[in-house]
Amino acid sequence: MQELGKAELNATRIIRQDDNRVVIEKDLDTEYMVLSMGPQHPSTHGVLRLECITDGEVVVEAEPYLGYLHRCFEKYCEKLDYPSIVPYTDRMDYLAGMNTELAYCLGVEKLLDIEIPRRVEFIRVIVSELNRIASHLVAIGTYGIDLGAFTPFLFCFRDREHILNLLEWISGARMLYNYIWIGGLAYDVPPDFRKRVAEFVAYFRPKAVELQELLTENEIFVKRTKGVGIMPADVAINYAWSGPMLRGSGVKWDLRRNDPYSIYPELDFDVPVPDGKFSDIGDSLSRHLVRALEMTESLKIIEQCLDRMPEVDGFNSRALIPKKIRPKAGEVYARAENPRGEVGFYIVSDGKSTKPLRCKARSSCFVNLSAMKDLSKGQLIPDLVAIIGSIDIVLGEVDR
Amino acid sequence: MDNGMEEAGNIMSAAVQESKAAYDSIQARFGSAVSEFDANPTMPFFEVSDLSKWVDIALFMRDDPRLKFNYLACLSGMDYPEQNQLGIVCNLESIGHHPHRIAVKVKCPRDGGAIPSVSCVWHTANWHEREAYDMYGMTFDGHPDHRRILCPEDWTGFPLRKDYQVQDTYHGIKVPY
Repeated sequence: MQELGKAELNATRIIRQDDNRVVIEKDLDTEYMVLSMGPQHPSTHGVLRLECITDGEVVVEAEPYLGYLHRCFEKYCEKLDYPSIVPYTDRMDYLAGMNTELAYCLGVEKLLDIEIPRRVEFIRVIVSELNRIASHLVAIGTYGIDLGAFTPFLFCFRDREHILNLLEWISGARMLYNYIWIGGLAYDVPPDFRKRVAEFVAYFRPKAVELQELLTENEIFVKRTKGVGIMPADVAINYAWSGPMLRGSGVKWDLRRNDPYSIYPELDFDVPVPDGKFSDIGDSLSRHLVRALEMTESLKIIEQCLDRMPEVDGFNSRALIPKKIRPKAGEVYARAENPRGEVGFYIVSDGKSTKPLRCKARSSCFVNLSAMKDLSKGQLIPDLVAIIGSIDIVLGEVDR
Repeated sequence: MDNGMEEAGNIMSAAVQESKAAYDSIQARFGSAVSEFDANPTMPFFEVSDLSKWVDIALFMRDDPRLKFNYLACLSGMDYPEQNQLGIVCNLESIGHHPHRIAVKVKCPRDGGAIPSVSCVWHTANWHEREAYDMYGMTFDGHPDHRRILCPEDWTGFPLRKDYQVQDTYHGIKVPY
C-alpha cells in the first residue's frame, strides 16, 4: 500500500493498494489519539516519557515528561564537602564520567585559584578524550539500533570495551571513575600507560573508518535520517543547544576552542561541522556525522598528548591537592565540552564553609531535549525515534 | 612560568573589561533599572533592580548590535535567606558576534515572589524557569507552560529552599530514609 498524496492534513487521502487499485478517501473524520511513548520504550534511551498527540501516523505534538531519575543532585551538593561531590558528578552523565568530573573540578579550581601540574593536565585531557570516544560509540551504536541496524552496535561496543578496560586499569572503575580530583588526580597513570593508549589509537583508527562505511554511508540509514528533524542554526542558538547538536546545525562552536580550558589551546584539532554535501545542514544525519568525525579528532588529540606529556620522576598526582578545600567567597560558572555539549557548574561559595552554598549543574541533554516539542511537530512516529536518537540523551544527566 | 601567569592574569582582566563595556551600554539605556557592575574575576555580573524592566533588558541584550547576547548558557535559581529573597542567575554570551560574557541576577521576594519570564526572548529559558520554579517556588509571569518539571506535579514544597522540610509520605510511601 502506497500513499500517493494528501490534500490538507488527512482530510483526503489517495492510496494505491497492493493490487494497483487506487482508493480515494474523502472527508475523513480523523480523531487525535494520545500515545504515551516511554518511560520504558527502548528508543527513549532510558526513562524519558513522550506524550504524543497523534493524527494517524503523524505526531501533532509531543510533550516530554522527565524526572523519573531525579535524585536532586543539587540538594546533595549543599550537604557535601567539595571533594566528595566528584563521585556524584559521575552519576549524572554516566557515559562520560571523566568529562563531567573535569568540568566540576575546573569550577572549584577557578574559585580556589590554584595551579595544576602540567602532567596532570595532559592525563586529564587524555582520559576525557578517551571517554568522549567511548560515549560517542554508545551514541552511534544505539542510534543504529533505533533505526534497525544491529551490527554497528556490536562493533561499537566491542571497541568501547577496550576504552573501558583502559579506564578501569587507570582508575579502578569502568564507568563511575572518581578519578579527576580537585587540584590533581586520584592516581598517576600506570607505567605502561603511554604504550597501551598508543596501541589503542593505532587499533581504533581503521575501525572508525570501518564504522563510517558500515553505518554512515549505509543507504537505509541515510534515508532514515537525512532531512529529518532539521534545526536551523539561529533557532538552535536560541535554544542554547551545544556540542554536536549545535555543530550539526552548522555553527562552529566548541568550548575547547571558544572558551579554552586545560591544555586545549596548545593542541591541534579540527572542529567538524557538516558542509551540506552529504547531509542537509541541521538534520539528524548531520548530528550523527559530527559525532562520527569527532572521534577521529579525539584520536588526534590523544596522540599529541601522548607525545608531549612530561615524564616526572617520583610524580605524585595528589601532591598539590589542598588539605582543606575552602574557597574564598565568590561564585563561578565553569563549563567544559562534554560529548553531549556544554556541561556547566554554577558554584557559589560563602567563604566560611567547606561545602558549597549552591552548586547548579547545567546539563547539556536537558537543554538539548527542551527543543523536542518544536522538533517533533508534524513528524512521523518512526522519524520521532530518529530524532530522539540523534539528540543522544543520557537520562541520568537530564534528570540529575 | 611567570610569564604564563602574567598572561593568564591579563586575559582574565580583558574578559572582565569586555563584560564591563557590555554593562556600560545596558546601563546607558536603562539607568537606575540595573545595579552597579560587580567586576569580580570569576563571574562578573550585574543585578536587575527594577523587575518590570527585566524582559526589556533581556530583549535589548539579545538584539542590540553591540551586545547580541544570543546564547543563554545557564539559568540557575537561587535562595537568599538573609535578604528574604529568591532569585535567578543568567549566564549569557554571544555566539558568532562578540567574545563577551556577562551574568545577570534577578531577585524577587521570598514569599509569593514573581519574576517576568524571558522564555519569549530565549526559548531555552522555558525549561530552566520551570526547573527554578520546581526547586524554589518563585513564579514566572508570562511563562507559556508553568508547571513542575523534575518533581511530580503533586509534590509539596520546594526542595532547594534552605528551609525545606521533606514531606513524610508521598502517596503512602515513606519519603525520608
